[in-house]
Amino acid sequence: MSRLLPHPLLTLLLVLVWCLLINSLSLGTVVFGALLGLLIPAATAAYWPDRPRIPRPLRLVSYILVVLWDILVANVQVAMIVLFKPNADMKSNWVTIPLDLKSPEAISILAGTITLTPGTVSADLSDDGVALLVHALDAPDPEATGNQIKDRYERRLKEIFE
Amino acid sequence: MILDLIIVAALLIGGFFTLVGSIGLLKLDSPMKRLHAPTKAATLGVGSLLMASIVNAWAHHDGSLNEVLIMAFLFITAPITANFIAKVNIHRRDTRDPLPQPPNDDIWATLDTPPDRSDG
Repeated sequence: MSRLLPHPLLTLLLVLVWCLLINSLSLGTVVFGALLGLLIPAATAAYWPDRPRIPRPLRLVSYILVVLWDILVANVQVAMIVLFKPNADMKSNWVTIPLDLKSPEAISILAGTITLTPGTVSADLSDDGVALLVHALDAPDPEATGNQIKDRYERRLKEIFE
Repeated sequence: MILDLIIVAALLIGGFFTLVGSIGLLKLDSPMKRLHAPTKAATLGVGSLLMASIVNAWAHHDGSLNEVLIMAFLFITAPITANFIAKVNIHRRDTRDPLPQPPNDDIWATLDTPPDRSDG
């Protein structure tokens, strides 16, 4: 089983992406997508030895929904800041986020999430990988911003990946 | 009719946020702050325009969903560009506010470069 399907989730994702690329859901597309989904993970398994285990993949769906909602809300907030707040009043700040996550894939997703939600951009990782450097556009209280990110995203990612 | 209204609304919202992104790029006054403006245009701006495209395809044509793929690829690649620009800023010590110190007396990865060799 594991030799035939080294990455079951990747197989599923490849079928989905193939159908979306072709933009149809005909039998031929699905079959060819399934073929690709079987061949590509088998051919690349050797090059990705420490692939992340995802114990609770379904929570990824709720995570994506939470992030999309936050993107919506944060967009409006940042639009207000950009349009109506003078530059001098903006308290742009660096925020250090100590990381509890260990898996590189999970940290990448966290950093990507932070950048996608407007108002914060992840800038750098500490050398030993235990802290993330984030720039916030308007954060009078950097510590609160950091805690919010930890509580909202990192906790969920920890549930998904670890 | 209602679908057309949804399309128009999505186009307007997308246009608005793309515009705000451009205004931000002009108005904000430091490189790190400017970096925040395009994240808006790339997420809600493009997302809303693609939503209009999806609704239009289902309302007037055969239906299409590969806009979802555009959005997914954009959401994966946009943070990487932003991260690289931020890293260049840090590398050039071009940030207005000084960087905080990472925990454990460590150093931020971008600053961990070999000492300057003045081989002019």
